[in-house]
Amino acid sequence: MIPAVVVFIYLAIVVYIGIFAFRRASSKEKAEEYFLANRSIGPFVFLFSLFGTNMTAFAILGSSGHAFSNGIVTFGLMASSSALVIPLTLFFVGTRIWALGKKYGFMTPVQMFRDRWECGHIGTAIFTVQAVLLVPYIIIGIMGGGTTLNAISSGRVPYWFGGAIVALVVMSYVFFGGMRGTAWVNTFQTVLFLLFGAVAVVVIGAGMGGFNNAINQIQNSPALAPLLTRERISPLYFFSYTFIPLSAIAFPHILIFCLTARKMNQFKKTVIFYPLCIMAIWLPCVFLGVMANRATDIPEIQARQQARRVLATQGATMTPEARDDLREKAAGDDVLLSLLKRYAPLWLAGMLGAGIMAAVMASDSQILALSTMFTEDVFAFYGGKQRFGESVQVQTGRIFVIILTVFAYAIALRAPETIFNVAIQYAFTGYASLSPLLIAALFWRGSTKWGALASTVWTATAVVAVAVFQSAVPAPAPGPSTIIWSVGGIEVLSRTPGGTAVLGFMPVVPMVIISALLMILFSKLTSKPSGTTVEKYFPRAKV
Amino acid sequence: MKRALLVIAVVALYILHQDFWFWRTARPFVFGFIPVGLFYHACFAVAASLLMWMLVKFAWPSHLEEEIEHQSPAREEEAI
Repeated sequence: MIPAVVVFIYLAIVVYIGIFAFRRASSKEKAEEYFLANRSIGPFVFLFSLFGTNMTAFAILGSSGHAFSNGIVTFGLMASSSALVIPLTLFFVGTRIWALGKKYGFMTPVQMFRDRWECGHIGTAIFTVQAVLLVPYIIIGIMGGGTTLNAISSGRVPYWFGGAIVALVVMSYVFFGGMRGTAWVNTFQTVLFLLFGAVAVVVIGAGMGGFNNAINQIQNSPALAPLLTRERISPLYFFSYTFIPLSAIAFPHILIFCLTARKMNQFKKTVIFYPLCIMAIWLPCVFLGVMANRATDIPEIQARQQARRVLATQGATMTPEARDDLREKAAGDDVLLSLLKRYAPLWLAGMLGAGIMAAVMASDSQILALSTMFTEDVFAFYGGKQRFGESVQVQTGRIFVIILTVFAYAIALRAPETIFNVAIQYAFTGYASLSPLLIAALFWRGSTKWGALASTVWTATAVVAVAVFQSAVPAPAPGPSTIIWSVGGIEVLSRTPGGTAVLGFMPVVPMVIISALLMILFSKLTSKPSGTTVEKYFPRAKV
Repeated sequence: MKRALLVIAVVALYILHQDFWFWRTARPFVFGFIPVGLFYHACFAVAASLLMWMLVKFAWPSHLEEEIEHQSPAREEEAI
């Protein structure tokens, strides 16, 4: 119970930070203060908060769980590709968005799109798709909170109650602190979970009697040895994952956070240190996830390995429901916590649990971003701000925070998928497919609102199609995929144990490419915004 | 020329992510316990950081910054 008490103390600190930020705010009823911390965030908070915003439950629990089942490939799939792609997008897109925000006062990406392409309702369509895709990301945080508190308290805090506590804490500091509170809490959390990784490796390594023996035992076991290589993953699948980090810059909470920097210089340290921060978090989590396979004295881990074995040997003859059930039992989202409970002293397990909690609770920024988008892109755009004033706009944003958190919690209680799958299949893929909108708006004079609409409609349709396909065609047992459509011996569409493959790629690859092509095609066919608007975004060099 | 070299560096690093040469091998274990494929990708992250340092040093879009700083010096006083 001691670890759970330490985590509760941590949660109290986090709420206090949010309330302290509320007191510190210079103008509490100003939209720019509540939603963007008055565009005044300094370099240290900017780096750690932006990084922390991107590191959710997915990074800590999802990565170690994925590595437990799939091995070291997890790091190459998500961490090292993100280490290159995310800083690049911050460098090229983030800085430009920051400059436009400072220049024209934008608070959301949709405001910029509306101005750039001279559109109104098309902006609302983009808002709707962005909002729907962001909700699963928020759910991840609540699910992770429930899982973490349940595991840390040895089951005394039930999943539903753990999720409710996390939802309540996040809601409180976002409600009071707005962007300033969220940024401070994220910074505090990032520092905690950066420390967490190093300490966890040392403590668990010592507990296991060093990693040298464990790694050799894994290598000598025919069932586990593939976890140390990538032989079970196809190169096309591996390549597909480099498209997923494109989602980071398209996520509204990241774009909105880019607007909070006091100076553009703050991006410099962020882009340079971002890859190193990713390595510091993911390397220990992935490594420990793999090592958990040797911790066979832990009953929870034994049970997961047993479920994995049954799935591999008898999965093909089972019903899809029984397979899904077994898949859930084999998923290792809590292996890191099991390792901590087994090998760390109680007080340290509590500290480390708080570190995990910090990562899990990164859904705060998404909740605030949705609130900002709703109040700016819908409430203010359709006349609410003009009619009721800025103070009511801020209050509306706060009420929206409550409604959204309750809604996400209700869904988190029913969501059957593992944290990793929910995140990848809906939010990340969808946002990656929306990234051509940003590139076109910022770098292509010829882009138009109809091109933007075509990309947005395509993204929404494709995400729904993938979801429908995956619920209609059950996932096969580990091993060969179920081929649904092939032409001349080439697999065009297949259902894999982990999702869907199109020509061997994950759906994100065709989705991004088609989204970009539609943007080009429809922009070429339709008329451009007025010369004044284009000139505003692409001023010609004065001679 | 400088810009072309930077573009080449970005593309090269992206290609180097697809390290098929370590696909099916776990050994050698670096420091006795890190599979070589994992160590490679940790080094890749360090290389990405170096690349970003080069971009910041040689291709920073300072024109955007200058435009804004001329426009609104008042905001600079309100840091947190």
